[in-house]
Order: sequence, then structure tokens, then C-alpha cells
Amino acid sequence: MPGTFEPLPGGGAAVALDVVEISIIRSLAVQLMELIGPGPAEDSSGDPLAGLFAEGPSEPPSDPVLRRLFPDAYRDPEGASQGKEAEEQRAHSAEFRRYTENDLRAGKRDNALTVIRSLDALTPAGEGGAVLELSPDESRQWLGALNDLRLAIGSRLEIGDEDDSDLLFHLPDDDSRKPMVMAYLWLGGLQETLVSTLMP
Amino acid sequence: MGSVTSPAPLEIERTESAEEVFAVPEPDVPWVTIVHNDPVNLMSYVTYVFQTYFGYSKDKATKLMLDVHHKGRAVVSSGTREEMERDVQAMHGYGLWATLQHDRK
Repeated sequence: MPGTFEPLPGGGAAVALDVVEISIIRSLAVQLMELIGPGPAEDSSGDPLAGLFAEGPSEPPSDPVLRRLFPDAYRDPEGASQGKEAEEQRAHSAEFRRYTENDLRAGKRDNALTVIRSLDALTPAGEGGAVLELSPDESRQWLGALNDLRLAIGSRLEIGDEDDSDLLFHLPDDDSRKPMVMAYLWLGGLQETLVSTLMP
Repeated sequence: MGSVTSPAPLEIERTESAEEVFAVPEPDVPWVTIVHNDPVNLMSYVTYVFQTYFGYSKDKATKLMLDVHHKGRAVVSSGTREEMERDVQAMHGYGLWATLQHDRK
């Protein structure tokens, strides 16, 4: 079935994609990689050790998508912390960010890169479509990348709660957000069927 | 020249109590990792993450996922602060919205 991952005998998963679907996923994965940006290893001017010891940022990202991908670790979204406690949570979140964000960014970039590479390696069949076959490891990376893409699109569409998603799913055809909503739903179907092939 | 006597060995006095001051006591109150609800993450994916990362049974993972979905949050693990930072980092890697805090119960 189109847009549906099926488990492969012996592990892994497969999905048939047409040429438009391939180009949409590839384009979104490239945009995600660009948004996440280069890590310290890329701009450490040839010194591999500098990248290893580089500290990450201490401030939350200004972009809402990145803020969702790399949230504050110590800030309770429900507890209205004030004064000293809030200050302490900010300081701990900043420290956590310095030691984790670079690794987290690298992991997410790696997942997106796996998606791009596996699409580029496809052999076209029929009308330019192809059957994508993933190993179990590639499946896990695709799963992470599909989730990050949906988080990114959800954040851009400002889906904050279930009511927002209900509203978006009933947009008129001429709404400018419609194509993005369609992509969001389609990626959700891909992710849902991919996760079912991986369920322990 | 008189006979040379070797100096008495210098004794450094170390008191037990001085070291104890620097010992970090095991905290009585554990830390917890909390996963928060968001409308984007699929229920099946959240269950998959709880099973895969924490090694929880399908039943336990599903119950935690439903708690996140209906109550807005669920405590998914508890332990030392370092352990909870590891869990939170892993959850962020999976794209789940997680925080850690002192267990106040």
C-alpha cells in the first residue's frame, strides 16, 4: 500500500514511494538538517579534539522549532516557579544544555542524513517511484527523523493542543497552510506504520 | 663535624572528621524524570520509546503513555540526579518533552 511501511522478513521495513513523495521527504530532511545546523566538529578548524571538548550553548534556541527539539531540562511547564527556585532551574537548564545539546543536535542531524542518503540510493522503478527498504538500524533512524520532522512542522503550524490539530485538519482547500498540514498527516501515517514494524 | 641526625619524619595529621565534611551524602529524596504531553507525538511512538529505552513491558509502557496523554504528564523513572539527566537527554533524543526534578511526594 502506498504511504505504508510493511515489515520485511528477517527485520527491517519497506515502503513504496513515488517520485513526489521522495522529493518531499528529502526536501524536508534537508531543511531540518539546515535548521539544526552544524555542530562544533564542523567549525573547529581542523582540530578534532577541539570539537570533542567544545561546550554547547547555555541559552535556549530562539527558533520555536529548536526550542521544542531541545527543551529546558529543569523547567517545570506547569509549576509556576518564582524567584530563587526559578533562577535555580534556569541555571541548571543552562548547564544541562552546555553538556548535552551538541550531542543531541549531532544525533538528530545523523538521523536526517540517513534519510537523505537512503533516498539518494534508491533505484527508480516504473514512473520514477521506488521501493525503499530499510535495515532495522535505518528504521530506527528514520523513525527518529520522521518524529523530528513532525515536531518541526507541528511547531511551525503552531499545534499547541488537540483543539489546534482538529482545527487544522478541517482547513478550507485555499488555506496557505493546507499543503503543510497534508504533509504532516502523511508523515504521521508513515511514522505510525514504521513504529508498528519495530514494536518489541 | 658532629654526627648528622636524620630529621624526624614529618607527620601529617589527618583527621577523620575533616574528610567526612567533603563526603556527599546520598540524598534521601530521589529525582524523577517527567514526560509531558504534546499533541504531535503519536501514542504508539511514545509507548515504543518507553518500551525500548526503559525496557518496560507493553502494559506498563501503555499505562504511562495514557497517563501522559490524559493527565498531561507522567513520572517515567526515578533515581539519582545523574541518572535522571541521562534519561531526560535520551527522551530529548527521541523527541519527547521531558524534564527532571526533585520528587516532592
